[in-house]
Amino acid sequence: MPIRTINPFVANSPSPSVDVLNEKASLQSYKSPATKSNNRIANFFSSPKPASLHPNPQQATRRPPSPQVNRATLSLPTINLTTATGEKSKIEERPMTLFQPPSPEEARRIAKAHAAFGPIGSQEHRYSSRHDGQAFPEPIEDTPPYYFLLTTYISYLVLIIFGHVRDFFGKRFKQEQYKHLSARDGYAPLNSDFDNFYIRRLQLRINDCFRRPITGVPGRFITLLDRKSDDFNLSFKMTGTTTETLNMSSYNYLGFAQSEGECADAVEVATRKYGVSFASPRGDAGTSELHVEVENLVAKFVGKESAMIFSMGFGTNATTFPALVGKGCLIISDELNHSSIRFGARLSGAVIEMFKHNNMNDLERVLRERISQGQPRTHRPWKKILVAVEGLYSMEGTMCNLPEIIALKRKYKFNLFVDEAHSIGALGAQGRGICDYFGVDPAEVDILMGTFTKSFGANGGYVAGDKALIDKLRVTNAGTLFGEAPSPPVLVQISSALRLIIGEIAPGQGQERLERLAFNSRYLRLGLKRLGFIIYGHDDSPIIPLLLYNPAKIPAFSHEMLKRKIAVVVVGYPATPLISSRARFCVSAAHTKDDLDRLLAACDQAGDILQLKFSSGIAGGREPIPDGLMNVEEMEHRDDLAKGKTPTYQPPRWKLEDIIKRGVQDVKVPLF
Amino acid sequence: MNTTNSPPDALGNALELVNQAFDQVQKIPGSSIVIRYIRSSYQNDPVRSAMELFLFLFAVYYLVSPSYSTKKQKQIPLTEEEIDELVDDWTPEPLAAPVTTFEEAENEKRPVIVGPSAPKSKLANGRTVTNLATYNHFNFINSEAIKEAAVKTLRAYGVGPCGPPGFYGTQDVHQTLEADIAAHLGAPAAIVYAQSFSTISSVIPAFSKRGDIIVADKAVNFATRKGIQISRSTVRWFEHNDMEDLERVLAKLVKENARKPLTRRFIITEGLFENVGDVVNLPKLVELKQKYKFRIILDETWSYGVLGRTGGGVTEQQNVDASQVDMIIGSLAGSLCGGGGFCAGSEEIVEHQRLSGNAYTFSAALPAMLATTASATSRMLQEQPELLVALRENVRAMRAQLDPRSDWVVCTSFVDNPVLMLVLKEEVVESRQLSAAEQDVIMQDIVEECLANGVLITRLKSMPPPLGGTPRDEGWQPQAAVKVCVTTGLSKKETEKAGVTIRHAITKIMTRRK
Repeated sequence: MPIRTINPFVANSPSPSVDVLNEKASLQSYKSPATKSNNRIANFFSSPKPASLHPNPQQATRRPPSPQVNRATLSLPTINLTTATGEKSKIEERPMTLFQPPSPEEARRIAKAHAAFGPIGSQEHRYSSRHDGQAFPEPIEDTPPYYFLLTTYISYLVLIIFGHVRDFFGKRFKQEQYKHLSARDGYAPLNSDFDNFYIRRLQLRINDCFRRPITGVPGRFITLLDRKSDDFNLSFKMTGTTTETLNMSSYNYLGFAQSEGECADAVEVATRKYGVSFASPRGDAGTSELHVEVENLVAKFVGKESAMIFSMGFGTNATTFPALVGKGCLIISDELNHSSIRFGARLSGAVIEMFKHNNMNDLERVLRERISQGQPRTHRPWKKILVAVEGLYSMEGTMCNLPEIIALKRKYKFNLFVDEAHSIGALGAQGRGICDYFGVDPAEVDILMGTFTKSFGANGGYVAGDKALIDKLRVTNAGTLFGEAPSPPVLVQISSALRLIIGEIAPGQGQERLERLAFNSRYLRLGLKRLGFIIYGHDDSPIIPLLLYNPAKIPAFSHEMLKRKIAVVVVGYPATPLISSRARFCVSAAHTKDDLDRLLAACDQAGDILQLKFSSGIAGGREPIPDGLMNVEEMEHRDDLAKGKTPTYQPPRWKLEDIIKRGVQDVKVPLF
Repeated sequence: MNTTNSPPDALGNALELVNQAFDQVQKIPGSSIVIRYIRSSYQNDPVRSAMELFLFLFAVYYLVSPSYSTKKQKQIPLTEEEIDELVDDWTPEPLAAPVTTFEEAENEKRPVIVGPSAPKSKLANGRTVTNLATYNHFNFINSEAIKEAAVKTLRAYGVGPCGPPGFYGTQDVHQTLEADIAAHLGAPAAIVYAQSFSTISSVIPAFSKRGDIIVADKAVNFATRKGIQISRSTVRWFEHNDMEDLERVLAKLVKENARKPLTRRFIITEGLFENVGDVVNLPKLVELKQKYKFRIILDETWSYGVLGRTGGGVTEQQNVDASQVDMIIGSLAGSLCGGGGFCAGSEEIVEHQRLSGNAYTFSAALPAMLATTASATSRMLQEQPELLVALRENVRAMRAQLDPRSDWVVCTSFVDNPVLMLVLKEEVVESRQLSAAEQDVIMQDIVEECLANGVLITRLKSMPPPLGGTPRDEGWQPQAAVKVCVTTGLSKKETEKAGVTIRHAITKIMTRRK
């Protein structure tokens, strides 16, 4: 695949004739390695199978990326506040233009399609994320004034004391409600009183912010099923109504959660052909041409020799670690690694050691100590050491410092496992994950694992590595031997999404999705920083945590957003440390700049109501220097910080209008 | 706020506060004695005061500090140069061991199906074979009505739910599916996981913790074993399907723990055993559970959708009220041809898993298409019990060709189990002194011989042993077997014909190996 050089200021609209040629060329280059490697596979690769999945290849190739269709009719590059805050669909404004208004059915169809994937407002709203090869900076973490930390602790103290007082009286006067916590006719209680306290007394109060049921596609907008509770969140009743909200919560990075478009069309064809299941594990008779095809596509996409796929992301980690390491081995894991990594690591029987989140000095300390001391008690040398990190951390929005880890890997000879559950598709100029973002050769990483749930709008996970490794895993990994095979619709969703990203179907559209995601991520992050919020994570990360601190602000923020018809995820203890409860926005390529402006406006208001604007300016969002060389000042501040000085800042408290006015141009230079 | 207060004011306030505090202390009965003692002892003997203060602080430190050492034990102090040398010296083993010849053959010979998985499937080598290797027992995969419904779901929901159930991943189709499953089983509630294989591995540790007691059948499947392992509970095993041995173990445990605080206790077993194929004696199990106060976790992965008049599983087949079994775990990806797994039980049990079931909380939800398919197929089983009747007839027809007529193998499966497990007869194993590995090779040969004759079957995979373990760690392993999965997609005649082919293949392999 030729690497397109991206200039975000130039509209990227290749002519159709060139595209057809491009596609043919890329198809050929794509197939050749697979056909050579296994002549049985060659049988169905040489038959025009991929084409049969996409019923109208000509039409598909000629279909231009979505923005070109709608750009002229729908949006103007300049955005004013009325379009930003209101959520009126553009279709209603159509009669203002000179174009023929569409028929009601057509308007409904367009509205449905746009509810899943918004049309791009302007070609300016694109950016290509790539790290420039310099030392990767640690994100600076801002802290709020002590007042907020203190009140947070006091709030939890009050909640806990109040909970215990209620328990004390409840257990005496309302024994019926506490039955499940005490032994009954010789059976021990299923939940211990102590473990249950948090759920019963703290989480129950805000239960209406979690597990909100939805219907339909979780795309740009998400339709919530309304519910209410008459018994303080113990139970919910569905009211039968729905609310369409802006979706800032789903892991839909590239906007492939769609019920229309190229992917859905291919899935429909496949469903009619294959049904929805293979009803067998991969090891028995659950391997089909689709699995082989997706495995080859994935291996090629992530830049590895071979890949294998699973029907569940969690299960991928849970079964892969035991197949890689065991007794006498050491797993060194980032302290914020996902639960599935811990689950798999615990099952493997290897010794597990943690290092501080993203702290390379701590990782080196652990490595030196553990290698020199050997196995506990016996002091024999370790058989293998596996370092497990994630590409993008889902609660922090931080990326792993891959170049530094690779440098350590060369020195200490450990094996490296990178979980790309969130980063695959979401990072890098070509969407190929963390290696792509840093320009690191994927060969440097032993195992690349990822999921299809997030960027590809499908389900399941993969493991990619050298052929010898994957061949071994295929016969020893319990997920392959006993777990069900991924189902046909899911496989075709993956393959068509992958083909879109690499530009094999509808050339240009995949690139547009990647660039819109990169732009949207940076735009929202910069806007929120300028409004004065404390934001965690790296600049290019599509996961944007907004810090709330006080426990009462968790439900309050969620409610304020819901009032403004925005669905957000709020998390508190135990998913985060006690004091740093947060709201988390997941940016998608399906969002338009207007959507983000609408979110910024809502956050602006909620931030004032809930006193959330307490950033000091240390982590960015300050007033720009006139010539736009913001990174110079940024470097100075970093130097000051390194010297132990505490530079003084003007806390950023921008007006919404100014943010929207300056946003598009400022996201394309290093953020600060 | 307090910005109007000037510093002298603040100082005055502070002094006043100290005075007030002193007054308060003096009000405590007996405080004057303490104050007098401190004053006099300090004036008489400052050294003694210091000594007493030191003793007091040491007592506090001693009481507060943990009773065990927190420092890492047996750390050998090394210099930086020594560490560098050791780091240079250390050479790790390769990440993956090389594949054995048997494994290599398995990788090469794994059948690849082209097109849909059907009773007559096309393989990548161009041949069309009779497919008796998938759990497509009712041929729901190729039902046009189900495909149509799936496409309709696709056009309303897309494919993936793009999020875990807790964060906007719970769709109305999941809620419907949970209600459908609960209604089918007659249980109060159910929870749907995104993968059948991960379900029980997640359910067990959600309830059974360190210090709790698990009594499990020796033959339980791999996923259950992993769930038991990760729960870190105390485990006792009982002989496979031996209710007397179970009672012995239970009685012993109850006696041992009579004086200890009450902990959670579970019996874990399967409905139809994945590794053996036989069925559990549920009425007896429930009787024992009630006698010894244990809870039952029943893995119905292979029995739900297959046993009982409407496919409701062991509880339906053996007329046991589903509420008597505390947790029923089942699969929606097998005979139901949807996706995911479920755990049914009381409201309390289900709600607890929504926060504590790892594979539920930390994984994306089930794709809507698979959920609606499972809903539809479970409804079809209830509305058309004749499907199950037809399946059982085919199972009988197949069994008649294999079990009584073959000199070499015996079928260990329950009569209604559509997965026929064929293992070598005991006398054959004894007379030829076959090891487990040799039996595996024979089974693989039988599978290949059948495939050469146009019948696709599969063999029971042995459970992968833990890496780096000694042979002692391996524990119970199932006897090598071939699996023949019967389907209603084939007529009785076709089934019998396939049965004859399998029998002949077994005979051929066994006579050739003499």
